[in-house]
Amino acid sequence: MSETDLIIIGAGPAGLAAARMAADCGLAVLLLDEQRAAGGQIYRNVDGVSDAEAAVLGKDYLSGRKLTSALAHPKIQHFHHAVVWQVSGDCRVSYSIDGNGTTVAGRALLIATGAVERPMPIPGWTLPGVMTAGAAQILLKQSGVAAANAVLAGSGPLLYLVASQLCRAGQPPRALVETQGPRDLAGALRHGAGALRGWKYPLKGLGLLAELRRAGVERHTGARDIRIEGNDRTEVLTFKTRSGFKRIDCRTVLLHHGVVPNTQITRSVEIEHRWDVGQSCFVPARDDWGRTSLERVFVAGDGGGIGGAEAAALKGRLSALAAACDLGYLEASAKDEAARPIRRALAKEMAARPFIDMAYPPYREALIPGDGTIICRCEEIDAAEIRRCVSLGCEGPNQTKAYCRAGMGACQGRYCGLTVTNILSDELGRSPDEVGYYRIRAPLKPVTLGELAAMHEDKTEGIQT
Amino acid sequence: MKADSDFQILGRLKSQVSIIFDGNAVQVRQGGNLAAELLAAGITTFRRTPKSGAQRGPFCMMGACYDCLVSIDGIVRQSCMLTAEDGLVVERAGPGAGTDE
Repeated sequence: MSETDLIIIGAGPAGLAAARMAADCGLAVLLLDEQRAAGGQIYRNVDGVSDAEAAVLGKDYLSGRKLTSALAHPKIQHFHHAVVWQVSGDCRVSYSIDGNGTTVAGRALLIATGAVERPMPIPGWTLPGVMTAGAAQILLKQSGVAAANAVLAGSGPLLYLVASQLCRAGQPPRALVETQGPRDLAGALRHGAGALRGWKYPLKGLGLLAELRRAGVERHTGARDIRIEGNDRTEVLTFKTRSGFKRIDCRTVLLHHGVVPNTQITRSVEIEHRWDVGQSCFVPARDDWGRTSLERVFVAGDGGGIGGAEAAALKGRLSALAAACDLGYLEASAKDEAARPIRRALAKEMAARPFIDMAYPPYREALIPGDGTIICRCEEIDAAEIRRCVSLGCEGPNQTKAYCRAGMGACQGRYCGLTVTNILSDELGRSPDEVGYYRIRAPLKPVTLGELAAMHEDKTEGIQT
Repeated sequence: MKADSDFQILGRLKSQVSIIFDGNAVQVRQGGNLAAELLAAGITTFRRTPKSGAQRGPFCMMGACYDCLVSIDGIVRQSCMLTAEDGLVVERAGPGAGTDE
């Protein structure tokens, strides 16, 4: 089995920044990422886009090139298209590249697997033509493909960004249907001082809104009872606002109401997680270096709590410094010294976060959906079936799996886990921490028996030598 | 087919090749992301669910949701994680295609 100092999973901003910082400290770094090029979802394909696509995506996106170009370092080995399917708490990672499986041992491990869209189960969300707003953005970044006449629904700054990018691509969205109301903004303004310190984010939001106004994009706020209907595909989106019932004919709906940490790997190695009330999601417990409850296992970036791309890079650097110190490459005093400016930048970066979280809360009806709405997309389990499990005595998400198969499908609970916890918490009158989450087991991604068998042969050879 | 698509390719068209989707020839960009190319070609249904037979298409585009599954050489795979290559033969994934674990 090959060995290295630091294994980093995920080549988004946290993983990229950590890789360079660790390499600069002298560590041998193995960076594993399942995409075809570095950048994560936020900087996806940043080195591959055309000039025309770059103009659509904007300056912030292109700034990711600073991180990807910093990978050129003799101490960094970057494997792309590497699908990680097993991680153990002693820093061993099994992955496959084009169907060839292997296991590598690290002296330390950094999990930097970022965020996924917060599941937004509403009636009709499984119909073809419904995607996440993030998916529409990936289509732009990866493929230069723009969703035409789309309706964007939900809440959060990403909706404005995707809408304005679609405008620049010559495909202005049909409408923006937002769930937050004036009361959310009023509450958020109590964090006005924080927002001022992190001024660039609210300012950016206002700029995007002005751009959408100029493009004439229809905008509704305070939307509730959002439904998507269609016969075998998306045909219409309906909702209610204070001014009444609305109906928009459309073939593409892009959903978004925030992102949440991707906890598949951190859950699988049984790191402690706790419920973050402000962000309505589970986060792996970590100290301010990204250390977890497991020795030499770190979490950095949005996977450890949502802070955005720039905060992710800063957190990645802090974890790299701590790993360098733990492995004897850096004195504790030098680590603290190097961390000081990073922490200052991080504090500034996070200042606007409470304001953003309060101004754009998740869509309530999608946190605890009504009966009839599909919760588990893979197994097609609706909210009524989850509630029926509770009436039969089910006390936690792992029992729900056995009672009704929710979370047992191909996505392994990625798009139903939080909703199941929320529904159980609501029905049982217990906190999400008490209710808990699915137990996540390897393989984290599908792996064929052929791959496993081939690995076994490798191991035998290793013993002989 | 392109004119009907809800997904428009920006800028110039790169070299086009032909793949087979459910028995029909589809023009796509060589080396493009398979899910994106199929969407741009106007295809909306990528698979049917094993339980109810409901139609599904790409949802997350980042390898997490498993709704863009297609069958290639009898193996069910995520089309958003694949590359379109000349002559690729792709089938809709569906009941009995082995999507269930």
